[in-house]
Amino acid sequence: MWRMIAWRLPQIAATIVILSLAAYLAIGAMPGDPISLAMMADPRLGAADIERMRALHGLDQPLLARWWAWASGVLRGEFGYSRLFARPAAEILWPALRGSLVLLGAALALAATLGIAAGMLAALRPSWRAPVDALALASQALPAFWLGILLIILFAVTLGWLPAGGTPDAPGMLEAGRFLVLPVATLAIAHLAAYARHTAAAMAEVLRAPWITAARARGAPESRIALNHALPNAAVPLLSILALDAGALVSGALITETVFARPGMGKLLTDAVLGNDHNLALLALLLVAATTLLATLAADLAQRALDPRLAQGR
Amino acid sequence: MIGPMTDAKTPFGATALALALLATPAAAQPRDTLTIGLAQATGTFHPNIESMLAKSYILGFARRPLTAHGPDWRPLCTGCESFPTLENGQVVQETTPDGKPGMRVTWRLREDLRWGDGRPVTAEDLRFAWEAGRAFETGFGGAEFYRSAYEFQSTDPRTVTLRFDKVSFDAGSAGKFEPLPAHIDRPIWEADRRNYRSRTAYDTNTTNPGLWNGPYRIAAVQPGAGVTLERNEAWAGPAPAFRRINIRVVENSAALEAQLLAGQIDMIAGELGLSLDQAIALERRSRNRFRFEYRPGLVWEHLDLRLDNPVLSDVRVRQALMLAIDRPKIVQSLFDNRQPVAATSIHPDDPMIDKALTPWPHDPARAAALLDEAGWRPGPDGIRRNAAGERLTLDLQTTAGNRSRETVLQVIQGMWRAAGVEARIANQPPRVLFGETLSQRRFQGAALFAWISSPENVPRSTLHSDEIPTAARNWSGQNYPGYSNPEMDALLEALPQELDAAKRRPMWSRLQALTHRDLPAIPLWHRAEPHVWPQWLDGVRPTGNMSPSSLWVTDWRVR
Repeated sequence: MWRMIAWRLPQIAATIVILSLAAYLAIGAMPGDPISLAMMADPRLGAADIERMRALHGLDQPLLARWWAWASGVLRGEFGYSRLFARPAAEILWPALRGSLVLLGAALALAATLGIAAGMLAALRPSWRAPVDALALASQALPAFWLGILLIILFAVTLGWLPAGGTPDAPGMLEAGRFLVLPVATLAIAHLAAYARHTAAAMAEVLRAPWITAARARGAPESRIALNHALPNAAVPLLSILALDAGALVSGALITETVFARPGMGKLLTDAVLGNDHNLALLALLLVAATTLLATLAADLAQRALDPRLAQGR
Repeated sequence: MIGPMTDAKTPFGATALALALLATPAAAQPRDTLTIGLAQATGTFHPNIESMLAKSYILGFARRPLTAHGPDWRPLCTGCESFPTLENGQVVQETTPDGKPGMRVTWRLREDLRWGDGRPVTAEDLRFAWEAGRAFETGFGGAEFYRSAYEFQSTDPRTVTLRFDKVSFDAGSAGKFEPLPAHIDRPIWEADRRNYRSRTAYDTNTTNPGLWNGPYRIAAVQPGAGVTLERNEAWAGPAPAFRRINIRVVENSAALEAQLLAGQIDMIAGELGLSLDQAIALERRSRNRFRFEYRPGLVWEHLDLRLDNPVLSDVRVRQALMLAIDRPKIVQSLFDNRQPVAATSIHPDDPMIDKALTPWPHDPARAAALLDEAGWRPGPDGIRRNAAGERLTLDLQTTAGNRSRETVLQVIQGMWRAAGVEARIANQPPRVLFGETLSQRRFQGAALFAWISSPENVPRSTLHSDEIPTAARNWSGQNYPGYSNPEMDALLEALPQELDAAKRRPMWSRLQALTHRDLPAIPLWHRAEPHVWPQWLDGVRPTGNMSPSSLWVTDWRVR
């Protein structure tokens, strides 16, 4: 395991460096730099003012030199300033990442639990296959924004049981939990289909394996066969989906964050790109990439723990 | 013009909210607290750094600028005792030391104006604002104002005089020249002028009461999510009704509406809230629960035309395009007649509006005659062609993602098609359209967007021939159509220097007549701001201009 970690961490670091350069160059080539915004806001700025502003903000330097200065700063722990939020970028990034991880953790836990349970049910009880498939189809087909708004209308507007969005004014776990229910449900419903379908398929395959037949022949109870023998083997490919979902959701919960007006990485990244906050956009992008790469590494390690043959294969 | 409107409404769930017909009111909040929904977050809270509607609205509760424009569009003092005019002697024409015509303007600060820490607002606070504004590296907006205000004088702690190296009828308005708390921010500025933008106490210590001199002070900030305002104990003016005002930022307008219906927010600010079509739909469903008011604002929607395109260089073609658009029908069908069709860029409430000038009518027959006269004859497919057989084709662009504009563009495309003009729609993301296509004049046909302006704002940046963006000028200027008319240039230069309003009026009339005739841009309408208030709230007066309704929060009352 340690050998794998020692091999993968430098790979992750190299990927992030390359990604940062590519993203920096791409963002630098995009139209609408801070000077264009200043020109829009103050039409009386003359050509000489614009030249001075470019020099003042270092925008008269070549892109590569600007990237190097930026990357050196980040390596020294200087994450710079968010123009959009008028705060140090780190002050904006960490709360957003925390918000995303809370939302993502709760949603993935719920989606995986319900999805795996439904998938097992479909695999173990063939009569449940059709309803589980229908449920999975429905959850996959419902657009997240539509589902989110339906849940808001039902539970917040009509019944008044839960808040329609935002974050609580007062501290407290219970209150924070109330604000999480609808966005977590929206995200979880959208993602449980994948877990249900993959679990059902993987379980069906494992349940046909000779060693399961042997276990049945030895008189092992069906519940023990399912939970202790079949599920751990079926879970190996599920971990890959979980890792990919975790990475994608850190930045991909944009719609849920927008509909429920919750701060998070998806919305932050979009706002930063649309708001021409280049530094914040870059940092958010790299944070999302690092989270995805680390989640993939964690999934690979977990897969090896569940199935030692994978480690031997290397 | 002050700047373009770049907002794009997200499309999520507008139709889904139709289901909210079933909505029932949720429990109301205590009446000593008011929660307001806004559709935009603010970055910096510094009044002179960057210009944002959301910031302007929030600071309206917590700061008193020297002057503002009231709901009747007249300039008035909010932080000073009397508005400077020639008549009251606070504006004096003079000659600058280097012999140019100039002027001096004097403001006297209100005696009871205090920062939230109890210190009086003094001339030193204005001196600091002036010095910081004059230093280019500080990066304040309104560079031209500070460049022109070459000398600061103060005879006592409440009196301030600025000397300007030019004559301008609106110098008394002070623009963005507002007191800044020198006792807090001057040491920060002096320590590092270049990085003052990121070190100002407005952003590093926003809840410091000493930064605020309005009826409220900012008590808490949730970056990107909201602001909590509490009564400013040092405020000596009329007491505001609410102990606390919460500003909640909900950028998705469907979510904003949902939070209103769920009772999480009490009202939606018209300055930055629901889109007009969304407010109209909400009013139909919830008329008894909320009060609605639509106030045409300073946002002027129009089509900029590229005048050096050979097709559009012919004024007859431009006039035909104008006559082919049925604007009243669009306003009626898409906006429920809530926003006025524009005759020119000048707002109907502007004191210098020429009411004799009526908007161009919808007249397809006249449009056809003008196109015939310009040499564009109907072709076999209905699209007109010139003598060389070239089709009458134009590119038509707007900000992608802005549902309302995209719909309007499709309607215009259809109307022009009926007149024999082929329009190819090629919308672009706002940052591309504003950051490159318009600012570097890469559009070839017509571009639909909006300018936001101010009362009696001389449109030099959009109409003077010196303001046509070119690479040699670092693309500065906003005359994107490339309009060049010596008479207009002369008017734009003379207007600011005419201090007598009665003499300015015919000049303004001529300016409007020229733009009405030459059509460098096709005027569409002045966008209305939809204000949504609870039935129990009284006293909110939308201004429709750049002074937000929050400046008069002390008039807001629980019914």
